[in-house]
Amino acid sequence: MSSGVLRRQYTIPGDDLTAAGEASSSVKKLLVQLGVDPVAIKKTAIAMYEAEINAVIHANGGAADVFISKDSITIVIKDKGPGIADVNLALQEGYSTASDKIREMGFGAGMGLPNMKRYADELDIKTEVGKGTIVTLKVYF
Amino acid sequence: MKIIDIAKILNAEVLVETEEIQKEVYSICGSDLMSDVMAYVKENVVLLTGLVSPQVIRTAEMMDIKAVVFVRGKKLPPAVIDLAREKSVIVMSTNETMFTACGKLYSSGITGRGG
Repeated sequence: MSSGVLRRQYTIPGDDLTAAGEASSSVKKLLVQLGVDPVAIKKTAIAMYEAEINAVIHANGGAADVFISKDSITIVIKDKGPGIADVNLALQEGYSTASDKIREMGFGAGMGLPNMKRYADELDIKTEVGKGTIVTLKVYF
Repeated sequence: MKIIDIAKILNAEVLVETEEIQKEVYSICGSDLMSDVMAYVKENVVLLTGLVSPQVIRTAEMMDIKAVVFVRGKKLPPAVIDLAREKSVIVMSTNETMFTACGKLYSSGITGRGG
């Protein structure tokens, strides 16, 4: 960490539902190795996993850029999916546009964005319908 | 209660075992919705679910859930078992329904209070 920031990049495959969560798993492992506080690790893992699942189920995958500094982690998840028409609505618990296929995986209960908001210390969503979504999550250690 | 005791109470088959099976747990989370599981943060918890998907194991990993009990005797695909082994998550299967499994564990003393 010569520059003080550790950077990692992950591809989130869109066609492999079994692999969904692998990027979050790698980040969790890395934070454990770095000796980060377990509560911060769990908050990061859950928030990132929900964002990763969203990229897989709604946008056919995407990419995650992860920046870890001494006192925080920032995760930027980008996709080229359909975008979110109404972010405020999507942030409400229970609101979902998920298909039956997604529900069969145990998601689509309308808790994805609310969980990200719950566990990330900072959440920023930039989205454009038809172009994609960029979710930025930050957790302080 | 230890995780191994849950296996006995539910007459569950242990399909993936780790040393954590001797660990004490204080809460049970029964749900088929993984995002609801993730909204429920407690320590030393066991997950009961009727959902058969690798994402159950992923959720357990993110939540530090050491054991998952699949209810209603569902057949687990090898992908679920393999992922559980890789992530060191205990996997059990019981023929009990979700309702009966939760009831048996509650009346055995796991009430979710304390711990």
